[in-house]
Amino acid sequence: MKRRVAIVGAGITLFRRRMLETPKELSFEASKMALDSAGLTLKDIQSVVSGSAPDAFDGVHMKGEYYLDGMGAIGKPHERVYVGGGTGVFTPIGGWWNVASGLYDTCLCVAEEKMSPLHPHPQYAFWSIFDQILERPLGTTLLWIFSLEMRRYMHKYGIKEEEIAEVAVKNKGNAVDHPSAQLGAKITVDDVMRSEPICEPVKRLDVSPPSDGAAAVILASEKVAKKLTDQPVWLDGVGWTLDSTHWTNRDLAYPEYVEKAAKMAYKMAGIKNPRKEIDVAEPYDPFDYKELHHLEGLQLAGKGEAPKMTVDGVTQRDGDLPVCPSGGLLGVGNPIAAAGMMKICEIFWQLRGEAGKRQVKKDARTGLAQAWGDLMQVGTVAVMRS
Amino acid sequence: MSQKITSYQGREITPDEVKEGKYLDIVYKFEPKYSWAAGVAISRFLTELKDGKIVARKCYKCERILVPPRMYCEQCYRPTDEWVQVKDTGTVNTFSISHVGTDARRLKTPILVAVVDIDGASPGMGILHNLGEVERSKISVGMKVQAVWKGSEERQGAITDIRYFKPI
Repeated sequence: MKRRVAIVGAGITLFRRRMLETPKELSFEASKMALDSAGLTLKDIQSVVSGSAPDAFDGVHMKGEYYLDGMGAIGKPHERVYVGGGTGVFTPIGGWWNVASGLYDTCLCVAEEKMSPLHPHPQYAFWSIFDQILERPLGTTLLWIFSLEMRRYMHKYGIKEEEIAEVAVKNKGNAVDHPSAQLGAKITVDDVMRSEPICEPVKRLDVSPPSDGAAAVILASEKVAKKLTDQPVWLDGVGWTLDSTHWTNRDLAYPEYVEKAAKMAYKMAGIKNPRKEIDVAEPYDPFDYKELHHLEGLQLAGKGEAPKMTVDGVTQRDGDLPVCPSGGLLGVGNPIAAAGMMKICEIFWQLRGEAGKRQVKKDARTGLAQAWGDLMQVGTVAVMRS
Repeated sequence: MSQKITSYQGREITPDEVKEGKYLDIVYKFEPKYSWAAGVAISRFLTELKDGKIVARKCYKCERILVPPRMYCEQCYRPTDEWVQVKDTGTVNTFSISHVGTDARRLKTPILVAVVDIDGASPGMGILHNLGEVERSKISVGMKVQAVWKGSEERQGAITDIRYFKPI
């Protein structure tokens, strides 16, 4: 019989293109902030789950073992979970296993990323996720999978680049109010359309930046959570699935693996009509079209209908379904694993009414965070309730 | 960030500091070399490419014809049954014009890249490859294309034995 799990504290560092702090130092800062916000010290923590994306960014093998002292994990049961870009939301899912199973009453979940060490550009590390025999000899870059997927999505539903650009405008605008944000800005659809083409149809302002940063949350069992706070945020549904790496054999217009992950989380949380029951969502937005793609996979928009929802303002902070009120990866930044955890933190603060200038207008009781990754094959979903 | 938290941690290394080298760093270049065995299915696939042919594997249970070929069907979770030659023509499922290379540096000549659904394989069985002999503005989803092969003496059993796909 699984136990109910709550989030009782959260912390985050600045997200920037290049930070002075090491992975250990960033992890310490985010973890300390999360502990302080929950009124706990490390002695109160029984287990630690960490998340970080490819070791290739750091050039440090066994990164999970390298950074663990910054995460307060010495001498404690510690595991590093990894599903590419989906890692940030997978990290608290790993923590959920620890607490829901009854093994532990408290678990610190930390996601850390430093992309800046790799030169000349962090993109280079992504070359090695492609098939080494059939794809890498063609001169692959990670941007290809996004541009190819974006084109297919646009083609299938007759979507215009201008409609997709609305997501970048919204998210970068929302990020102006996030103290950690790297790229908050008031921009226009025209700015996006006129930005430099990188991998057509993807343009400079359609893309999130490479970043350094860390974020953390504390999970607690129901018994402990109720002693610690009057405002626990319940992690009531978790879901994750993966498709194969044969991404060129897949329907690129629709992320079925995200649908499966979402349905798993909704079932666990007892959600029957997600569009009516989810009050605020943080889907993964490394590219602007991905937010739309994911809203559809999450059953929060019909197939091909997320662009219109965006253009109509439904996904603004004062809309009926606020999406990425944080500013998302496009605005706050994209330190891979930490970016997904940033979304968990945002929903935590939104559901507690602590998001300040970013607080959504509606009375948000149920929220969702989702991340995505690897070769367009991973969906990780968390449903949270106040 | 919670409005209850008023200070946040982290010290940015600014672009100016990077330009002027005003931060301490240690530089290391890692140059490993790998030799990958191509595997049972892909070894045969590459050998056939050397002969100017594209081959697939068929699963008798779901009746899918799989490209790239694999020795097991991941859906039926059983061994695949038969080698099948498919065509060297196909349809552009999606495409992109890439202005950047592997390390994100700007390219002088953009790379045209596409997922090509291969004729004779099951619907949606695409492979990643390049496009050529086509004006950028003329490429479209749904365009019929054919492989342009290297000369037989140049082919070495690699995906690049096909130079690119061109419109037909």
